[in-house]
Amino acid sequence: MMKGVYNWIDERLDITPMWRDVADHEVPEHVNPAHHFSAFVYCFGGLTFFITVIQILSGMFLTMYFVPDIINAYKSVDYLQHKVAFGGIVRGMHHWGASLVIVMMFLHTLRVFFTGSYKAPREMNWVVGMLIFFIMLGLGFTGYLLPWDNKAYFATKVGIQIAESVPYIGTYIKELMQGGEIVGAETLTRFFAIHVFFLPGALLALLAAHFFMIRKQGISGPL
Amino acid sequence: MAHGHKSNEKVVFVGDSRVRKKAKTGPSIPPDYSSYPGKSEAFIPNFLLKEWMVGVVVLVGFLVLTIAEPAPLGYPADPTNAAFIPMPDWYFLFLYQFLKLQYVSKDYVVLGTVGIPGVAFGALLLAPFLDTGKERRFYRRPITAILMFMSLISVFYLTKQSWDHYQHELKLTNTIPEHILREEKAREAAEKGQEPGGEAAAAADIPLVDKDDPAVEITKKAQCVACHGADLKGNEGAGIPSFHGIGDTFTKEELVDIVTNGKNNMPSFKDKLSPEEIDQLTTWLAKQKKA
Repeated sequence: MMKGVYNWIDERLDITPMWRDVADHEVPEHVNPAHHFSAFVYCFGGLTFFITVIQILSGMFLTMYFVPDIINAYKSVDYLQHKVAFGGIVRGMHHWGASLVIVMMFLHTLRVFFTGSYKAPREMNWVVGMLIFFIMLGLGFTGYLLPWDNKAYFATKVGIQIAESVPYIGTYIKELMQGGEIVGAETLTRFFAIHVFFLPGALLALLAAHFFMIRKQGISGPL
Repeated sequence: MAHGHKSNEKVVFVGDSRVRKKAKTGPSIPPDYSSYPGKSEAFIPNFLLKEWMVGVVVLVGFLVLTIAEPAPLGYPADPTNAAFIPMPDWYFLFLYQFLKLQYVSKDYVVLGTVGIPGVAFGALLLAPFLDTGKERRFYRRPITAILMFMSLISVFYLTKQSWDHYQHELKLTNTIPEHILREEKAREAAEKGQEPGGEAAAAADIPLVDKDDPAVEITKKAQCVACHGADLKGNEGAGIPSFHGIGDTFTKEELVDIVTNGKNNMPSFKDKLSPEEIDQLTTWLAKQKKA
């Protein structure tokens, strides 16, 4: 049955080469923890992606309840956390996943750094990886405001104050981030949009580039 | 057919569905795994299954954490709350603490916000173009490795310092972080059989008794309102009690003692208020009981 469906699609779209490009490749011995236990350091990249998927899924469920305005943001998070069945679990996954993804990405970055895997011909992939790192930090910063409790509010205020101290363009950055004179209603909707649309869009594009390059170049050889 | 269509050929077009693409010269089958050196194995399904097992272990640990430690939630944002100690998420703490160092703050803040982080993150971003040697082992690239180790040590040190600083500040101001305070209150409420969770409505809902009492003027004159708030509801996060319902917590004698001699962070008011005023004020405060 599955084979029949596959063949039916394959006849029309010729997906076999695509499938080969994506999935059908060998994993060399030196990155396989089954052969060398120390190779577990090569798992961090995959785990970062795994947690990222969890973040995207849990985030999608959170938006079913979250209301991005200053009156209801806190109330909706409160309702989600304490009243909705398993709401606390979904929010917990998103909250702790946000930290875990930073940890995994940090470890992945260190692995790549200390194995010198960023060297030719993989320079571009390293740069894209660092851009993903910055996007993730941006997601962390914008997501922190959304529950709209005191911790969120004052951390954002301080963050924007720091951005303001940049010479010449500081005040423009501040207004761009705040969307107005103060950290308020506009800031919340803005951060919500950035957190849910802008940054994830950029993230997915960069991830695609990251994976495309790793498939094209293969994993770096043993040291 | 003009295109020389073969029956075993997959239908591939060149972008216009009327023009078929020519058959490829050879099949695009990747080389067999046995042609690679070492004990390689197929990504799908062999390796991915193993990696998925690692993923499952991580997932179980992650879910245990999620269930054991609910995501924190404090009290609703109040821009007028002057007592709140701002705190970014933990992975920004090193930058936050860094900006408190002497030569990257105040007059030199540009060095702190743009200069040094710009150089550090810029170097990280462009690492492949700065470290261009062929050598990959880190112990054969001492400069790169030492720079990275030093940055890591600084980041860990600054993060730790920032956290200790925060804990110290909490102790100094006698503050319990709001999300913890809120959780405790919810637990207490649940033990009493009330509705758990929800906003901190308890203090807010108790009305003031004798709102027109002259003692209310004393609270303004003595600057009680400066800490306990214009609505006299205090600030739970900072451990400042509400006046609403305070008669349930303290007797008049205790209140006289607190106002006269101070308590915790509250200063003594014996120089600012006469004994008669203290008497008048505390008589009124002692009347503040839940109806």
